[in-house]
Amino acid sequence: MTLPPPVPGNPVAVPVLALGNILLVTLQGDLHDGMAEQLQQDITDRIAHSAADGVVIDVSGVDIVDSFLGRVIAEIAAGVRLMAARTVLCGMRPAVAITLVELGLTLPGLETALDAARALELIARDPAAVAPDTPEGGT
Amino acid sequence: MTPASEPATVTSLPIGSDADLAWVRHQVRQFAAELGFGLVQQTKIVTAASELARNTLVHGGGGQAQIHPLHHGPARGLRLLFTDTGPGIRDVELAMTDGYTTGGGLGLGLSGAKRLVDELSVETEPGQGTVVTVVAWVTRAPAVRPGLG
Ligand SMILES: Nc1ncnc2c1ncn2[C@@H]1O[C@H](COP(=O)(O)OP(=O)(O)OP(=O)(O)O)[C@@H](O)[C@H]1O
Ligand SMILES: [Mg+2]
Repeated sequence: MTLPPPVPGNPVAVPVLALGNILLVTLQGDLHDGMAEQLQQDITDRIAHSAADGVVIDVSGVDIVDSFLGRVIAEIAAGVRLMAARTVLCGMRPAVAITLVELGLTLPGLETALDAARALELIARDPAAVAPDTPEGGT
Repeated sequence: MTPASEPATVTSLPIGSDADLAWVRHQVRQFAAELGFGLVQQTKIVTAASELARNTLVHGGGGQAQIHPLHHGPARGLRLLFTDTGPGIRDVELAMTDGYTTGGGLGLGLSGAKRLVDELSVETEPGQGTVVTVVAWVTRAPAVRPGLG
């Protein structure tokens, strides 16, 4: 039996931090598929219990987003919206953004901000504003 | 397919779990960085590798990834092979279409990966398995335009 290879990143659960009425999720390193799915469940549970206004997903520490992680993020946002809260994705690295567009995954309808501070501000200013569903909604 | 390089060391990695996918991404990143790929190109190759390795795992029932560094004169590149002995792909052209999926995905894996590398080819036989090969070359042009993002 060989030991599984040491995997970079943090193979532990993703921390979800409550800041007032906003949940701040900081993704870091290489997210395993199982962790990404767990996160989806954690966030919707937390919203149900805490009546949070919004979720900020900070991906500044993420060096790749493939179609799997992209889909998980889109599904988190869709679930959050059904629970009358907003999701703002922030901090995407330029190389990741370029790659996602070429991959064909543009995450339409997902609100974005340059960094976590601006994302928090966006929600704090207008918690009730839920992103429009139109693909042309955000840039 | 022509062997484009003098025999260099080939690295084989198993694909049997989502932890293996993370390891494949990590190794591909290391090779790409060492060969001199820029950050954007590295990100593209690693993303393509992630898509194809996941297909090997999810659709092919597991298999392996091979990493071949390519040294062709002054050119540097990377050839990656994703091999499984799963059900194969009946209609490759259809599978390569944006949005085509048999598994509830987005159907962007194969078609998207093709856009992220210089070459992508699929060898498959129904009932026998699938080998997806991609090749990417280091480009000398500046890859990141300032002011993006
Ligand atoms: N290694 C493989 N073995 C068997 N079938 C495959 C393999 N790779 C791809 N396919 C087939 O090709 C289809 C398209 O693959 P593609 O990666 O584009 O989409 P997906 O995996 O279904 O979804 P996504 O990758 O967007 O989550 C798959 O649904 C599957 O039917
Ligand atoms: Mg796929």
